Amino acid sequence: MRTTTMLNASRLRSPILYVLCLLYLICLPYSASAATPPEAPSVVLIQNATVMTVSHGTIEHGAILIKDGKIAEVGQSIKAPAGAQVIDASGLFVIPGIIDCHSHIAAESINEGSVSVSSMVTMEEVLNPDDIDIYRDLAGGVTSANILHGSANSIGGQTLVIKLRWGQPASKLPFEGAMPGIKFALGENPKRSNFSSRGQPQRYPATRMGVEETIRGAFSEARDYKKAWDDYNKRVAAGEKNLIPPRRDLKLEPLVEVLEGKRYVHSHCYREDEILMLLRVAKEFGFKVRTFQHVLEGYKIADELAAAGVGASTFSDWWAYKVEAYDAIPYNAALMTRRGVIVSINSDSAEEATHLNQEAAKSMKYGGLSHDEALKMVTLNPAIQLGIDKRVGTIDVGKDADLAIYNHDPLSAYAVVQKALIDGRVYFDREKDIANRPEIEKEKKALTEKLKKAEKKPEEKKSPEKKPEEKPKPPAPASTPTAAVASQGGAL
Amino acid sequence: MRFKLLCRCASALCFAALLFLVFNPPVADAQGGEPQYFAIRGAKVFPVSGPPIEGATVVVSRGIITAIGKDAAIPPEAWVIDGKGLNVYPGLLDSFTDVGIPAAPPAGGESGGPRRPQERANGPEDRPASMPWRSGADEANLSDKRIETWRNGGFTTVICAPKGGFFPGQAAVLDLAGEHAGDMVVKSPVAIPVSFQGTSGFGGGFPDSLLGVLSYIHQVWLDTDWSMKAQAIYEKNPRGVARPRYDRTEATLAEALEDHALVLVPANNRVQLRRALELIERWQVNGAIYGGQMGYEVAPEIAAKKLPVLVDLKWPEAEKDADPEAKPSLRTLQFRDRAPSTPSVLARSGVKFAVYSGGIGAPKDILKAAKKSIDAGLAPDAALRAFTLSPAEIFGVADRLGSIESGKIANLVVMDGDLFEEKTKIKMVFVDGRRFEVHEPEKPKDQPKGDITGKWKLSYTTPEGAEDSTADLTMDKDGTISGSLTSPHGSANIISGSLSGDKFTFTVNIVLDQGPTDVTFDGTFDGTSLKGSIAVMGMSIDFNGVKPGNAASGVATQGGAR
Repeated sequence: MRTTTMLNASRLRSPILYVLCLLYLICLPYSASAATPPEAPSVVLIQNATVMTVSHGTIEHGAILIKDGKIAEVGQSIKAPAGAQVIDASGLFVIPGIIDCHSHIAAESINEGSVSVSSMVTMEEVLNPDDIDIYRDLAGGVTSANILHGSANSIGGQTLVIKLRWGQPASKLPFEGAMPGIKFALGENPKRSNFSSRGQPQRYPATRMGVEETIRGAFSEARDYKKAWDDYNKRVAAGEKNLIPPRRDLKLEPLVEVLEGKRYVHSHCYREDEILMLLRVAKEFGFKVRTFQHVLEGYKIADELAAAGVGASTFSDWWAYKVEAYDAIPYNAALMTRRGVIVSINSDSAEEATHLNQEAAKSMKYGGLSHDEALKMVTLNPAIQLGIDKRVGTIDVGKDADLAIYNHDPLSAYAVVQKALIDGRVYFDREKDIANRPEIEKEKKALTEKLKKAEKKPEEKKSPEKKPEEKPKPPAPASTPTAAVASQGGAL
Repeated sequence: MRFKLLCRCASALCFAALLFLVFNPPVADAQGGEPQYFAIRGAKVFPVSGPPIEGATVVVSRGIITAIGKDAAIPPEAWVIDGKGLNVYPGLLDSFTDVGIPAAPPAGGESGGPRRPQERANGPEDRPASMPWRSGADEANLSDKRIETWRNGGFTTVICAPKGGFFPGQAAVLDLAGEHAGDMVVKSPVAIPVSFQGTSGFGGGFPDSLLGVLSYIHQVWLDTDWSMKAQAIYEKNPRGVARPRYDRTEATLAEALEDHALVLVPANNRVQLRRALELIERWQVNGAIYGGQMGYEVAPEIAAKKLPVLVDLKWPEAEKDADPEAKPSLRTLQFRDRAPSTPSVLARSGVKFAVYSGGIGAPKDILKAAKKSIDAGLAPDAALRAFTLSPAEIFGVADRLGSIESGKIANLVVMDGDLFEEKTKIKMVFVDGRRFEVHEPEKPKDQPKGDITGKWKLSYTTPEGAEDSTADLTMDKDGTISGSLTSPHGSANIISGSLSGDKFTFTVNIVLDQGPTDVTFDGTFDGTSLKGSIAVMGMSIDFNGVKPGNAASGVATQGGAR
């Protein structure tokens, strides 16, 4: 039923509106330059909404009660407790906040591309909470994202899941308790045969065989490293004195964690052969691959993926942008789902992440998934893949109040996010955003004038210095222009 | 035989005495060295360690301050300087710079031991861009022209460290005068600066990203720690134990840490600052932050960690030659507006801070930048402290300099007014008790013919080929030239310059491959064009200058596509 709502444009007759929606997205950057975290009301009630719980159907004229950032009640009509902040969502649609299983936002640096095993680096250290893409994606309903290292290395850097708490410092972004991850990459990117820097020797490996060997080599080292420490600890426990401990090795420590099941493997891949290769290597060394990312040929080996219990996080309908993407089909997500694979749709791009709801909807057209199955691809399924489904991914009592509120069915091309909540706090509010724009423009203009006077030829200024700042404004966050953002390309 | 020897000794002595006389003539107006006893009488003295004293006397004996106060006795041997109308401050400190190191070290290792050739690093074990054994104390050399420039600007002392790489070397406290380089060194090492700036770029050697740089530095500290422990265990009982490998990086860092050297961590914006706080905690080192310009946002967090901050006085400005249509973001504008308020916010929050020149090329501009902070709310005495006693405390030399107290090193600046007033002139500077008179930059002798103000395109041919630079000149009525020069090698402010009659001259200090170098442009100005020569590193290169857009010059406007 909802399929029809979504696919025909009867709700919005005018194409102008669609253009307006697009314009709105383009305008966002200018309106969010000064972020302060929103207030944290202890009780929030969202009422009169169409609540798409994902786990137990859709509740028309539903309500969600939020207490201290958690969902306390979901139902038809809930009385507003005293002091509750009430959000009237008449005519609006609430879904669990979107989870992007493959993102490169909010980081000052993406790729340590110099070595074929860069497991010593960690995305958590380079989080940039001032990255405007956090706000843009939030405006697209995304509340959590898996921040991945790039795909230049067979074994890449350590990854983490964040919540898009715009305005908070970097230390407040990580998704508390979420299992840390590590990026692997197979195929063209890590083998670097398509990349070479002038005057630089080509980095090993140069073939898919070399990629396999690199991973195998790294895990052999990790196994030895673990053994060295186990032996040392045993001898110390036995009372031996004056032992020189092994050196700590930041490259091997995360690989030991993978072997011990304490770190998820998220592997970038395209072709079926390389995917099966990694499954074999993982089996040999006794670790699990948590998700295959992109996995455009996943439909060819859906049974093997399902049997290995590994998640697949793919694109909706991107293909043929490089040779290893030639066999991609838009039916991939639906076909894998039908064979029992947990599938999510990811963005791999700050822009794509602003409309993951539409990307999910495409699996209804290509493959005929149901409305809820499609919605799961950007909510519950990525939550399962990232091991955070106890906390987020559906609208259920006890879960985090991470929600996206749309003006239309979220799987419609006309749906625009009105509010995005994380932990019950409204981190994006479209109305407020629009209302704030004139003031921001005004402040920019005033500052530009002031700086022009202050910075240009101060010697020529004959008039005595003005009193410092008539009324000091509360400090608003800002970021220095000197902080060059080294985003070294995506990880397609 | 003995007689011969005696004779030889005697003649050697005579010769030495003669040399002494030649090089140290005992005349009063000699720069540096003579005499060794001074008394500045009746001046307003700013000890910094206490309140200012009007009409006070400061006595300097053989490099040391021996008395200060209204009634300080003037020893008979002292050269008395009338301090009436003069202010006496402690010598200023530039808290983080490479002034004192004249040029980049030679690539080869002919003198300083084996230097790692710049090879592609394949991991932390190759110790990319790390030379922590280099030292400001070892590389200090009086031939650095900036020593005089800085000294004339009131800076008697610098915290000097080599530049380049993730571990560029150790910082030393240097006084900016001496007969031998070694005379300059007050204390070494005092700090280990780290930098996150790589050179290899994406696809180069390890590390080629901020991610990699941070992981590399983590690994180095872990290795250093391991090395100290492993070596100690091995020394106790070497029998039957595999010997820990020697690594120069680990060994020098271990030694510097044992000397309680501060680890200086770069951080300018709020994200970097918060990250730096975490890094210092993780590394478990005595840390300090340099940069710090967005400290106004995170001052309380820095205060809570009790970390000192070295504030870069090169305030953020509008991007030069930016696209005229490019509109900076509100964040950028706010940063540019508020950065100078950082010192006052740090002061209010109880953060210990000092200031440093950063990218500023002329001492006058350093004080001007500090004045901006005073205008933004910093108390002038706090500003003075950030140039004197605070850095001395941060780097552990407050027991010997940083204030005017009896027993401290006689580093003084004597001025005819307030330190931060632009009109104030520096009269003399004492470094280690040596008096340096500061000569005003020579005023143009003749009235300038015409106005040289404007943007000039300078064309010349270097040994490497044809090259253009842009000189942005501003001329005062008396012919004094200020402004900046932008060349393919970088930009720099003009240190001194003038137009006298139709003869112009201006000098900049630009960092060339060989290090910071004075470059002087001399020639004639005919009203529409410049013609002359560039003096650089003993070479003389002819140049022509035209004003783009000036029809008379016959040169098309730069970028003036029709």
